[in-house]
Amino acid sequence: MEIFGIPHQAFLGQLMLGLVNGAFYAMLSLGLAVIFGLLGVVNFAHGALYMLGAFAAWIMLDKFGINYWFALVLAPLAVGAFGVVIERLFLKHLYKLDPLYGLLLTFGLALIVEGVFRELYGASGQSYPVPELLSGATNLGFMVLPNYRAWVVLVSLVVCLGTWFIIERTPLGANLRAGTENAALVQTFGINVPMMVMLTYGAGAALAALAGVLAAPIIQVNPLMGSNLIIVVFAVVVIGGMGSILGSVITGLALGLVEGMTRVFYPEASNIVVFVVMVLVLMVRPAGLFGKEA
Amino acid sequence: MNNTVTQSVTKPRMTQAAKITRITYLALLALALAAPAIGLYPVFVMKLLCFALFACAFNLLLGFTGLLSFGHAAFFGSAAYITGWFVKSQNWTPELAILAGSLGAGLLGLVVGAVAIRRQGIYFAMITLAIAQMVYFVCLQASFTGGEDGLQGVSRGNLFGMIPLQSDTAMYYFVVAIFVLCFLFISRIVHSPFGQVLKMIRENEPRAISLGYQVDRYKLLAFVLSSALAGLAGSLKTLVMGFATLSDVHWSMSGEVILMTLLGGVGTFFGPVFGAGIVISLQNLLADKVGSWVTVIIGVIFVVCVLAFRKGIVGELQAWLERRRAAAKAH
Repeated sequence: MEIFGIPHQAFLGQLMLGLVNGAFYAMLSLGLAVIFGLLGVVNFAHGALYMLGAFAAWIMLDKFGINYWFALVLAPLAVGAFGVVIERLFLKHLYKLDPLYGLLLTFGLALIVEGVFRELYGASGQSYPVPELLSGATNLGFMVLPNYRAWVVLVSLVVCLGTWFIIERTPLGANLRAGTENAALVQTFGINVPMMVMLTYGAGAALAALAGVLAAPIIQVNPLMGSNLIIVVFAVVVIGGMGSILGSVITGLALGLVEGMTRVFYPEASNIVVFVVMVLVLMVRPAGLFGKEA
Repeated sequence: MNNTVTQSVTKPRMTQAAKITRITYLALLALALAAPAIGLYPVFVMKLLCFALFACAFNLLLGFTGLLSFGHAAFFGSAAYITGWFVKSQNWTPELAILAGSLGAGLLGLVVGAVAIRRQGIYFAMITLAIAQMVYFVCLQASFTGGEDGLQGVSRGNLFGMIPLQSDTAMYYFVVAIFVLCFLFISRIVHSPFGQVLKMIRENEPRAISLGYQVDRYKLLAFVLSSALAGLAGSLKTLVMGFATLSDVHWSMSGEVILMTLLGGVGTFFGPVFGAGIVISLQNLLADKVGSWVTVIIGVIFVVCVLAFRKGIVGELQAWLERRRAAAKAH
């Protein structure tokens, strides 16, 4: 069976791969949007934090024999704590300045983290085994679905929807959204805004690290895995606009699929298709698909 | 950054400062002309001047128009490739190849700028970064760029078909001449009425719009000028070093030029030159000794600059001189 002259199996396989990539785009752009909303900082270090998550999982397994399931919880916690330290040490000095300084500072941090890991582990990749429970594939009749990939998409959907629920439907989220609108006013209501800001950055970092752990068994864990991804995620954020959480999730997944399709029909362009879409969206809707500002 | 106010109030002192500036520039020019004679390695100084020009071109955009482009490597690198290709495959003379590179970068700048100025601030930075990454992938896959190897062994040729540039000394004075001309050109742009409008856009864009200026056209022209000059720097670099590679178009190059400008002093004339000097010297000194730690050091400088040093070295120096003069006057 063939679709548009492409073997059916290859087509669906690439589509699945695209969906997995889209899941990573969605999780990372979600974290960027949440951080930008409350801190006004475009977190260039997001890619480095994602890389740290993957490395944390790999080190835990390699050095301490901690398995995937514990790493899935422990690595985000560790990276989240690291994020809290970054916020306290560096970012909190920048809130009154132009947001561009936040971008430059986090760019510097990303260079530091990447440089250290490249010095320690070299530029080549470390492989991380797929956990036994999720290895193998399921035959769905119309395609063979690798279990681990299905798991990644599932987890990322749950995490994204969970984040959406927390921010849009709980009292904690109401405080966060109020802080985004007017931090000074929220503070006068007796809410500890600096603490909230700190934990938000920590949570964003943890989210990036979780994506890193999920990615570890699929790609080679290497120091540069984050910086290449973060630029694509920036394009995703420009396309979706950082105003809406569900918007960034949908945009992320959709662009992953678009990329997967491109890999089937015109592989040479698969690296740049997201950027091309970005340019097109900017021509038609400069504010982004879900953006509110002009 | 309300320099204009202090300028009009303290006119006599500024002329004195201008005198000091002029003397400094003449001294530096003399140093540049004498550099080969006093034993500075010409290739190193040429490389430094290329990056200084790159940083000055970048500063025209960030310092004097207030636009942070995170993708200037696209212009530097594409011009480097264009020049290399014309010299290698078409046997063009260096001045034509440089012209082609600069025009190519300027055209690319026209396209990128037209897209990027549709958003402001942080989005502008992200869009330029993303488009530059697209240019990187195109350079990686296109046939004329030589892929992973880049273009190697680009010869310097004969200037105007007559003056051979193979000797480092001849090439050196060619580079110095271009650098000085470009530096003067940039300073002319900044001090022109056009440059004043750019500064107004930087300080208060809504006001510029309300005064009837077509802000987008000004921004776009500034972007094109900046990218063409960045391209000129890249073209020159190809001829000096004899190669154009993927690292010229990589995002880390965009980061480096931001660092040079930030470290030297955003919006100062000489800051970018100074910043380029420090970064290039640092890379030269450390490259074979510390490996990946260079990246870490550059990252640390970034963090320190943003946290403690936002005016940059030249900017802080100017502010300090200003304070001292003010104190002297108060007594």
